[in-house]
Amino acid sequence: MTILGFTIILFVAAVVAGLLGSLTGLGGGVVIIPLLTLVFKVDIHYAIGTSLISVIATSSGAAAAYVREGITNIRLGMFLELATTAGAIAGAWLATYLPTSVIAILFGVVLIISAGLSFAKRADPVTTGTPGELSVKLRLNSTMPTAQGPKPYFVKNILGGFFMMNIAGVISGLLGIGSGALKVIAMDNVMRIPFKVSTTTSNFMIGVTAAASVGIYLNRGYIDPGLSMPVMLGVLGGAFVGSKLLSTAKTESLKILFALVILLLAAEMIYNGVNHHI
Amino acid sequence: MTKRKKIQDADLERVIGNLLRYGVLTASVIVLAGGIVYLVRHGGEAPEYRQFKGEPDIMRSPGPMWHAILGGRGRPLIAFGLLVLIATPIARILCSIVGYLLEKDWLYTVITAIVLLVILWNF
Repeated sequence: MTILGFTIILFVAAVVAGLLGSLTGLGGGVVIIPLLTLVFKVDIHYAIGTSLISVIATSSGAAAAYVREGITNIRLGMFLELATTAGAIAGAWLATYLPTSVIAILFGVVLIISAGLSFAKRADPVTTGTPGELSVKLRLNSTMPTAQGPKPYFVKNILGGFFMMNIAGVISGLLGIGSGALKVIAMDNVMRIPFKVSTTTSNFMIGVTAAASVGIYLNRGYIDPGLSMPVMLGVLGGAFVGSKLLSTAKTESLKILFALVILLLAAEMIYNGVNHHI
Repeated sequence: MTKRKKIQDADLERVIGNLLRYGVLTASVIVLAGGIVYLVRHGGEAPEYRQFKGEPDIMRSPGPMWHAILGGRGRPLIAFGLLVLIATPIARILCSIVGYLLEKDWLYTVITAIVLLVILWNF
């Protein structure tokens, strides 16, 4: 196989990953890493670095669309980023010291959890009653634009959310993925904010968290231009097409299909990790 | 007071939105250009990614990178595009800091600045 052929295949795979990722919300990075390590036998460090680049690309690309709608709670995102970035740095450092087979197994486990979480029941947002003192002090409560005008909501369990974001950060830094599913759960089920706010805010945070670990990845030489190029361009292209199709696609069945694919990939990663093939 | 804040919020969001969009676009164009050069030069070779070797300096440090780019090499150009991509969320955070400063929101100026410093410290 030549570099040209390899690049083209990677590009096509990345387009599919970006497309599915934007339609199901499950993220393209989770497909990139198994593809690179299982199919192409690329060392997992390069795979993680490549995935991180695709995460930054899709996060920034998508955020460009969301920001203007005024749904993202930037203060909440920034505040939680204190936890996430700290975690991401710890995770990135861990990645340089853990054996690659352990990383592969962890990746598989996280994949399974993420796929399961994406089907978790949404909690009802808290819009009545009195806000907690901490949420007022930190100015985290806000409103979200709806057809009936701005609807206020409150943020609960801030410390619980903070802690979960820390974990999400470690996972993100260690595995080079966005941990979007975990972030959404933290905001939706633990902090009880409206679903649309948690997804857009999570997307905002993903890019920031990725920027935190990318410095370490660059310094350790994990980010390879030859791999990043087709993946970045493919994922962006796929996500762009996906955003145009969003209104017409049957996202529920796609999500189930994608989750099944992810489970399969996770099983393979764990198997290969256990047998030290990775 | 709230009306003025809303206007500033909307302006800031528009700036951030454009910044992100043009940042990603610029980065993509650079990466694509570098990709074409890279494939023209190395397309027929065999890829070698099975063993982790770490990237050489020309892919990571701006100085050697520019030297190599001007020398007509593809991968350093891609690497430069990647740096532009990485700079995009960082620039976004900077915009938020400016926004909070303008709103005289000291708490969030500090919080956002801490996040930015943590990120930059790792480069």
